[in-house]
Amino acid sequence: MIEIDQITKTYGTVNAVDAVSMTVETGSITVIVGTSGSGKTTLLRMINRLEEPTSGEVRINGTSTSTVKPHLLRRRIGYAIQGHGLFPHHTVARNIGAVPELLKWSRDEINARVDELLALFSMDPAEFRDRFPAELSGGQQQRVGVARALASRPDLLLMDEPFGALDPIIRTRAQEDLRHIQRKLGSTIMLVTHDMEEAISLGDRVAVMDGGKLVQYAPPAEIISRPATDFVANMVGDVERPLRLLSLISVAEIIEPGEADGEALPETASLRDALSACLWTGCDALPATRGGTVVGRVTLKAIRARAGAHE
Amino acid sequence: MKIGLILRPVLIALLLALVLRPDWFVPIFAPFAPAGGPVIYQRASMLSLSLSHLGIVALASAAATIVAVMLAILVTRPAGAAFRPLSRTITNMGQTFPPVAVLALAVPALGFGAGPTLVALFLYGLLPIFENAVTALTNLPRATMEAARGIGLSRWQRLLRVELPLALPVTLTGIRLSIVIALGTATIGSTVAARTLGEVIIAGLLTNNTAYVLQGGLIVGLFAVLIYDALVQLEAYLLGRMGG
Repeated sequence: MIEIDQITKTYGTVNAVDAVSMTVETGSITVIVGTSGSGKTTLLRMINRLEEPTSGEVRINGTSTSTVKPHLLRRRIGYAIQGHGLFPHHTVARNIGAVPELLKWSRDEINARVDELLALFSMDPAEFRDRFPAELSGGQQQRVGVARALASRPDLLLMDEPFGALDPIIRTRAQEDLRHIQRKLGSTIMLVTHDMEEAISLGDRVAVMDGGKLVQYAPPAEIISRPATDFVANMVGDVERPLRLLSLISVAEIIEPGEADGEALPETASLRDALSACLWTGCDALPATRGGTVVGRVTLKAIRARAGAHE
Repeated sequence: MKIGLILRPVLIALLLALVLRPDWFVPIFAPFAPAGGPVIYQRASMLSLSLSHLGIVALASAAATIVAVMLAILVTRPAGAAFRPLSRTITNMGQTFPPVAVLALAVPALGFGAGPTLVALFLYGLLPIFENAVTALTNLPRATMEAARGIGLSRWQRLLRVELPLALPVTLTGIRLSIVIALGTATIGSTVAARTLGEVIIAGLLTNNTAYVLQGGLIVGLFAVLIYDALVQLEAYLLGRMGG
């Protein structure tokens, strides 16, 4: 559990981060979202003490971060940034193994961990291990950057706009990969972004920052349905609210018995996808499948009910 | 680069012949020698002069590299930033002082021989290395430096594992310039009795023997060109590994 307690960072007379408190549960993804200058990156950088807080403290599993030397603290906390920041003069394997090497793991342990992580990110270890970062595509570089951050099985993974430099198609894929890997490893992740869409699709909880203050800290569905301030409502975007809400609910939740014609949807698809499929095919209902077999149907009526159900 | 593939072995062969078998060149240099005078310098072997010449250059350049790079590291740390203008002034002075003047000033203190030449070459070589190392260390990729700090490298580890290796290609360019300047400049060391290839050139100038001047000049020139080329290749290799 990560506890952020009344943390403040002052530059001159300006409070870049103003008395922010929040608690992050182990094994969850927390997304900090805000416009530029909202203090979101400063907040993240105070957790691994790349910035020293002016006042307040951060506790990881009960231990205050101020009791550990900064560079030793950082070896326990994964860190991935926009534009990956890989070491251009080291191979992929040395990049991923950087922190385990600092922690004095044995060579065999490091090699095994590197191969395990490459495989996890769908990159063939034999093919990529000895390449240099410049020989990889942007998406691959980003994955190696995240793999490096995960290498020592850190208590916490901090990510500062990790997908910012990727084009939209690769970005969506990278987000799905991250979600998948986080579920598999049970990692605790704090991620900073300016993109509310990304925050809602990735976060178990979303923290909205504005002018150095934490204005709302809640699960995505609540951020959408009950924005705490006009600023939050603005960031969510009024027009798209129903659609964003639907994107958080899976087909599994509204499957009803019955039959329907048309292309089947897997139960893991979101209601937003289901709605889109209904509109596109002109059907009022579509069959839903679990593990490949049809188990019922999704109706447009049920989707509509959920889109408005929050008030 | 095709031309390099042919030219390089030819130049190396020519240099080896000039150093090891100077007598082969009698027919070529004869027209430039005074009538009846000696064509090939005989007072010392070309090999021993070349080795001594290269040794002086290597020693002076190594010392200049160590001092300049350490100075560059110092002034690119937050604590040393205040010394940057001062260091720049000192290295600039080293460059503005003509080596001949340094030789003249150093002889009373160090006596005749290799000493004054080493001092002159050392001072003259500092600036290019220092300037390039400072440029390289202040223009490292921002994201990489941020990540190096963020994943928990200590100051020393960042310097040794990330900053210096990444600054190497640009620093090497400075070292290359410095070495090539030193190779040429070392010849005037022979005016104060340093054993360099300048001995041959100066003997030629004193006795009006153009053959000597050509012989010494060609060897120094070929060394400079070939060493320059080798260092360019090394830089290209290092840069290529980092993806430019």
